[in-house]
Amino acid sequence: MTAITAGASAARAGAAKEEPVFYVADEHEHADGGSTLLGFWLYLMSDCLVFAVLFATYGVLGGSFAAGPSPKDLFDLPLVALNTSMLLFSSITYGFAVLEMQKNRVQPMLMWLVITGLFGAAFLGIELYEFTHMILEGATPQRSAFLSSFFTLVGTHGLHVTFGIIWMITLITQVRMFGLTDANKRRLLCLSMFWHFLDVVWIGVFTFVYLMGVLR
Amino acid sequence: MSTKAHTGHGDGGHDDHGHDSGHPESTFKGYMTGFVLSVILTAIPFWLVMSGTLGSNQATAVAILIIGAVQIVVHMIYFLHMTPSSEGGWTLMALIFTVVMVVITLTGSLWVMYHLNTNMMPMDPSQLP
Repeated sequence: MTAITAGASAARAGAAKEEPVFYVADEHEHADGGSTLLGFWLYLMSDCLVFAVLFATYGVLGGSFAAGPSPKDLFDLPLVALNTSMLLFSSITYGFAVLEMQKNRVQPMLMWLVITGLFGAAFLGIELYEFTHMILEGATPQRSAFLSSFFTLVGTHGLHVTFGIIWMITLITQVRMFGLTDANKRRLLCLSMFWHFLDVVWIGVFTFVYLMGVLR
Repeated sequence: MSTKAHTGHGDGGHDDHGHDSGHPESTFKGYMTGFVLSVILTAIPFWLVMSGTLGSNQATAVAILIIGAVQIVVHMIYFLHMTPSSEGGWTLMALIFTVVMVVITLTGSLWVMYHLNTNMMPMDPSQLP
C-alpha cells in the first residue's frame, strides 16, 4: 500500500520534471548592441505613425481658414525651396560623415558632422524666421484650424530637427572624448537613420503642405 | 555593381552573425546617386508649381504627389540603405506594415471627413428653432 503511494508520488514528481518550458533555456550569444539598429528602425516607424496622424489632421483641417489667411497669402515658395535645399545638403554631408566613419578617420568625420549640424541649424533658423513672420502678420496657431494643424505638423518636424542637432552635438563630444568605439559607431548610424528619416518626412511636408497648399 | 556588393554583404553578415549584423556598407557612389536624384526630384515639383506649366491645378497636384512618392523611395534606398536582406528582412517587414498603417490613416481620414463635410446639410441661423 505504502509502496504504491510512494510509486505514484515518484511518477508525479517525474511528470513535474518533464513540464514543458515556455522559454528558450539556452540562449545563444548575441553581439553587444547587435539589435540596436533594428530597434531604432522600429522606433522610427512608430514616429512615422505620429507624423501620419498629423498629416491626416492637416489634410482634414487644411481648408478651414475661418475667413483668415490662406496658404496662398502666407507661403513663400522660394524660402521653402531654400529651406528644403538646406535639409538635402545636410543629408548628403551626413552621408560623407558615415563614409569617413567607415574608414575610421576621426577628424574628417567630425568636420562633416559639424557641417551637417550647421545646415540643420540653418534649416531651423529659416523655419523660425518664417514662423515669426507669419505670427507677426497675425497668422497665429489660434487664428484658424488650418493654422493650428499647420503649426503642429511643421513644428513637430522642427522639434525633431532640434533634437537631432542636440544629439549630434552630444555625439561630437563623445567621439572627441572616446574616439570611434563600436558603441559610438552604432550611435552614429542610429543618428544617420534619424536624420535621413527627417528628410523623408520633410518631402511629405513640402509636397503636401506647401506646394499643394499654394495650389489649393 | 555597388548594389550587388550590398546584397552580397547582407547575406554574408547574416551567416557569420557578425558585429554589423547585415547592415550594408555605404558607398560614395550610392550617396551621390541619391543626392543627384533628390535634387532633380525636388526641383521639378517646385518648378511645376511656381511656373504653372501643366495648366490645371489638378494635374500639377497629381504630378507633384507622384514625384514626392518617388523621392521618398529614392531616400529609402540610397540614404536609409533599405534592402530586402537588411537585418534578415525585418526592417522591410516593419516598413511595409507602417506604410499600410499610414495609407489607412491618411486615406481613411480624408475620405471619411470629406464625405462628412459634403453630406452635412448647410444650415443658416434662421432655420434654427
